[in-house]
Amino acid sequence: MEDIEIKEEQVFEGEESSETSPIPYPEGEEYLLEVNHLKVYFDVIGGKVKAVDDVSFAMKPGETLGLVGESGCGKTTTAFTITRLLPANGNIIDGYIKYKGKTIGEKEPEIKGFMKDRKKRKLYKEREAMMAPIRWAEISMIFQSAMNAFNPVHKIGDQIVEAILAHENVTKEEAMERAKELFKLVGLPPGRVVGYPHEFSGGMRQRAMIAMALACSPSLLIADEPTTALDVIMQDRILAEIKRLQKKLGIAMIIITHDVSVVAETADKMLVMYAGKMMEYGEIGELFHKPAHPYTIGLLASFPSIKGERKKLKSIAGSPPDLVNPPTGCRFHPRCKYAKPICMEKEPPLTEVSPGHWAACHFAKEIYSGELKEE
Amino acid sequence: MAEKTVVNVKNLKKYFPVRAGLMSSFAKEEKKFVHAVDDVSFNIRPGEIYTLVGESGCGKTTTGRLLTRLEDPTDGHIYFRGKDIAFLKGKNLKEFRRNVQMIFQDPYESLNPRLTVFATVSEPLIVHHVGDTIDEREDLAAKALEASELKPATEYLHRYPHELSGGQRQRVAIARALALRPEFIVADEPVSMLDVSIRAGILNLLLELREKYGIPYLFITHDLSVARYMSDRIGVMYLGTLVETGETEKIIKNPHHPYTRALLSSVPVPDPYYKRERKKIKGDLPSPIDIPKGCRFYPRCPFAQKGICDTKKPPIVEVEPGHMVMCHFAKDIPAMDEAMESEIEEDVELGEKLLRETMKSGEEGMLVKEEKVEDLEQYERETAF
Ligand SMILES: Nc1ncnc2c1ncn2[C@@H]1O[C@H](COP(=O)(O)OP(=O)(O)OP(=O)(O)O)[C@@H](O)[C@H]1O
Ligand SMILES: Nc1ncnc2c1ncn2[C@@H]1O[C@H](COP(=O)(O)OP(=O)(O)OP(=O)(O)O)[C@@H](O)[C@H]1O
Ligand code: SF4
Ligand code: SF4
Ligand SMILES: [Mg+2]
Ligand SMILES: [Mg+2]
Repeated sequence: MEDIEIKEEQVFEGEESSETSPIPYPEGEEYLLEVNHLKVYFDVIGGKVKAVDDVSFAMKPGETLGLVGESGCGKTTTAFTITRLLPANGNIIDGYIKYKGKTIGEKEPEIKGFMKDRKKRKLYKEREAMMAPIRWAEISMIFQSAMNAFNPVHKIGDQIVEAILAHENVTKEEAMERAKELFKLVGLPPGRVVGYPHEFSGGMRQRAMIAMALACSPSLLIADEPTTALDVIMQDRILAEIKRLQKKLGIAMIIITHDVSVVAETADKMLVMYAGKMMEYGEIGELFHKPAHPYTIGLLASFPSIKGERKKLKSIAGSPPDLVNPPTGCRFHPRCKYAKPICMEKEPPLTEVSPGHWAACHFAKEIYSGELKEE
Repeated sequence: MAEKTVVNVKNLKKYFPVRAGLMSSFAKEEKKFVHAVDDVSFNIRPGEIYTLVGESGCGKTTTGRLLTRLEDPTDGHIYFRGKDIAFLKGKNLKEFRRNVQMIFQDPYESLNPRLTVFATVSEPLIVHHVGDTIDEREDLAAKALEASELKPATEYLHRYPHELSGGQRQRVAIARALALRPEFIVADEPVSMLDVSIRAGILNLLLELREKYGIPYLFITHDLSVARYMSDRIGVMYLGTLVETGETEKIIKNPHHPYTRALLSSVPVPDPYYKRERKKIKGDLPSPIDIPKGCRFYPRCPFAQKGICDTKKPPIVEVEPGHMVMCHFAKDIPAMDEAMESEIEEDVELGEKLLRETMKSGEEGMLVKEEKVEDLEQYERETAF
């Protein structure tokens, strides 16, 4: 009797896609983080939510990647897969994640039948044992909702101390000193380390979260909407602070947001996602000034700016699709102004329009060269 | 006041009593108030979009709620078409309310989940006895829905909110506001809960409705890029007062109040090649309970002068036609700012020069370099926070 087996159709799905879409980074090089043909689906009643569906990118140390896209396109899911914090109904269906050359995530075996729960628990324990030394110390995360990131019944300082003690051979006093230093670093009065989460305002909690994320000098920081809930002045301060610390400590960062102007100012590269798929990936300047994907073009045209001429905004008609039954062919086709019949039938492969600049559109090259324009 | 105005707000105030805590019931403290709106005056002209911008808690929503009379003012006047409606009651208030509508931030909360789109949009019609029969009301509702670009309306009339996307819900809320053909609309952060790609559509819809029906709006947002896109004039609010008002492009391109300048310089620009210059202000928004004396911005202002700003309430200065600034040094701030910037630049340059020199002198120099960098960063941080 075999309890653990790999479903055939899943293998098939994976193989099909790895044939069609290339990897948008040079293979064989050393990377800090490598995400390769990643697919993450959530089990729900009535099917699977294809939240991340064939996403690939790689990061070098110190690099900043901006991950953008509409609500529900799979940004947080990507982050939670890298840190292995997915909820129980989320599974890696295909692909792998490597951190400093070590595989920290890959296709998981389907667990079925007798003693299912025990096997699941065992797998979970193995995964946690693997991730424990990596979380916070190597990869840390600023969560989308900092409100929930701290345990409400413990003092914030104690929570930071605990994270430091778990990873480093220091005394409690030394760890507390470090926590105070970190508070100073993010502009919080060090005396406040003894405060409870509810005693902090939203902005202060966000800064405390950053202190926590930096406590063990990680190599990779994942910041999921770190400033969305904050005012512009606070947002600006916190982003400046993150950037400053990042530069000083040589930390690589994935910044997740739906505000493209934040990405424009913080990131070196940008990855645009739509409905679980990669739409476009490349250097930030290229993507803003020579976008090759209709979705990126639409996203940029829907943003007002405080600088330059006041331009008429264009919206992207319609709304993102249901990810249980996403549209055939190109997932963006129901909303795309450039769509042609082929878009409904065939999924567009990632195409390299210029070195390091990739777009998943049948007409990426024509759009990039300016041959094809929106009517 | 020769100018024709639809709404004219004069010295409007709203103080909320601070609920007495357990302690204060023992220790007879004096009664405290949140000065949510504290002496605000502005006007809105026919067909105009006037935007209030400012940080969270500065009193934007309260001002909007006062203008629609969802809230009773503590003091002041609100002239609507020349008539003071600030303290209207009963029948007169109901009649006034027919003419003004409010669109709220959260389309998920502002629609009753148990009502169909038709019931939602026709609710104000029933309340105000507009349309005698269901058919008539359905007709009016359908027109409002189509004006909000929910076409064909018949497809939406009998749906419930959960069967609509966020953008569609906000369009229903706009249709409800339009159903009575109001003479004035307050739109409180109508897009901040919506997804980016949908925002532009709603903003354009609001602009088109203004074009089509000439309805003036009070638009409320904390997003200065959105404010710039939407408005004819902007009022910048800080701690319950307007610190700078004027035509949109004048405010954006030539801000005079130190707070406006800091606010504008904090807005990220969607262009990776653009090098933004950040103006730094200290600290956080003070509590609206204990308002600083003199100028409210005094504790955070880089130009504040002791003996003046901390004691005397600043005057309202017209720095160019129609561009008003509440500051003791309103006219001089841009020049003062420039002088300060170049001073900082010189400091930074000096620091960098020292750094370069010490780097040349070998190993020991490297140590000095570290220290120097620390210094600069420390300096930067101290001026930032
Ligand atoms: N636990 C879950 N079970 C089922 N579906 C889920 C679960 N978590 C997320 N999803 C779905 O997966 C998709 C991607 O969600 P995700 O949170 O990654 O989006 P996001 O890009 O971070 O969006 P946002 O900008 O709103 O934070 C969405 O369609 C979401 O509804
Ligand atoms: N009903 C109330 N009772 C007591 N205080 C109130 C009440 N309503 C608002 N306030 C206070 O008045 C001040 C102004 O609030 P208001 O909601 O007008 O701000 P806002 O500018 O709309 O902020 P935001 O951008 O967060 O919506 C705040 O300090 C708020 O806490
Ligand atoms: S493949 Fe077709 S539908 Fe998809 S983005 Fe390109 S043109 Fe649009
Ligand atoms: S009055 Fe003084 S404190 Fe107030 S904004 Fe002007 S310079 Fe700053
Ligand atoms: Mg998310
Ligand atoms: Mg508000």
